[in-house]
Amino acid sequence: MYSQGLIGSGEQTTETPEFLAAFQARIDADEKIEPNDPMPAAYRNTLIRQIGQHAHSEIVGMLPEGNWITRAPTLRRKAALLAKVQDEGGHGLYLYSAAETLGVSRKQMTEELVSGKAKYSSIFNYPTQTWADIGAIGWLVDGAAIMNQVPLCRCSYGPYARAMIRVCKEESFHQRQGYEIMLKLAEGSPAQKEMAQDALNRWWWPSLMMFGPPDGESEHSDQSTRWKIKRFTNDELRQKFVDATVPQAQRLGLSLPDPALAWNEVEGRYDYGEIDWDEFWAVVKGHGPLNKARVAARKKAWEEGAWVREAALAHAKKRAARHTAAIAAE
Amino acid sequence: MSEAEEIPLWEVFIRPRNGLAHRHCGSLHAADAEMALQAARDVYTRRGEGLSVWVIPSAQIVASDPQDRDLLFDPADDKIYRHPSFYNIPDDVGHM
Repeated sequence: MYSQGLIGSGEQTTETPEFLAAFQARIDADEKIEPNDPMPAAYRNTLIRQIGQHAHSEIVGMLPEGNWITRAPTLRRKAALLAKVQDEGGHGLYLYSAAETLGVSRKQMTEELVSGKAKYSSIFNYPTQTWADIGAIGWLVDGAAIMNQVPLCRCSYGPYARAMIRVCKEESFHQRQGYEIMLKLAEGSPAQKEMAQDALNRWWWPSLMMFGPPDGESEHSDQSTRWKIKRFTNDELRQKFVDATVPQAQRLGLSLPDPALAWNEVEGRYDYGEIDWDEFWAVVKGHGPLNKARVAARKKAWEEGAWVREAALAHAKKRAARHTAAIAAE
Repeated sequence: MSEAEEIPLWEVFIRPRNGLAHRHCGSLHAADAEMALQAARDVYTRRGEGLSVWVIPSAQIVASDPQDRDLLFDPADDKIYRHPSFYNIPDDVGHM
């Protein structure tokens, strides 16, 4: 953030048609919007919601994978998974700091997450049952995230775009380590290959759901596109992901759990089957397998860390007071 | 912790290597300078991004107002005589 507090991020913008047109003209000219710039309240609020959800997703995303750190099959896998989970934590922090430039506080965002009010990516409400799930997550979930995030590097809001550049640089290792895990299992014993296939079966559809509801049902899409927060629609990104992923699955010798999946010669893309949107909305609304456990884990960490935050602040104040006293005594 | 109290915000600047200036890369929350430095190391330099880190309390930064942009920076726009290409030097003088 860049001292957004100095020039009143809470300041009301006067949203006359002239103001909105001038803002749109800046966007159309591909100018980046920076924290202290005048911006429509709806632009600010859309970004606060989107960046906040994105940050929460990174933080909650540490939980399903953290589940396997102590049980990784080799030291090499363990070191990689630990580094990956640490990256997710870092990504959450870059994103929280980008959201804070818009005038929302970290504390406010954390409280919304632990109270269950804030949303995060619904994929993290599914359990990681076997080691192959770690492979499938890296390959598919991080793969889908990259599809979403690469265009965000060109988002009109400067701090978000800059955070996404760092995130994308780091995510590529995540996807590769996941695919490598899948490859090893797919080339292993029949039981190992079966484990990889089972993980793919369970993660494929939720991965497709990560791109959000189909175009036309997505309430925020049009305005976000005009403001260049979004560069592609949900369905466009989903299609790119399917087209990129099908050959990767073939290379693994695994099959995707979709009988309707077929190459469409005319369109030059893969057709895929109907997504179960009822399942998607149920998970978004809190009825996924692990929604309650995920929020409870964050709440526990937040509450049990309260004394540490308190002690750190008390220590800082005591040292500052001693320093002042020492200077006064000289 | 007194629930109203926020842990202070710090801006992080990193020098990628000697010979380059420190560059702003983001911010973080920390109770004091020492913890801010440690957190900056963990959050912003996991892949050899830096040789030196500065952390500065965000509240200490004074920023210009974007609304004053024209007032502050326009006067430089019409002073083309501040640029070397404004001056006519014959080719036979050679590079100058």
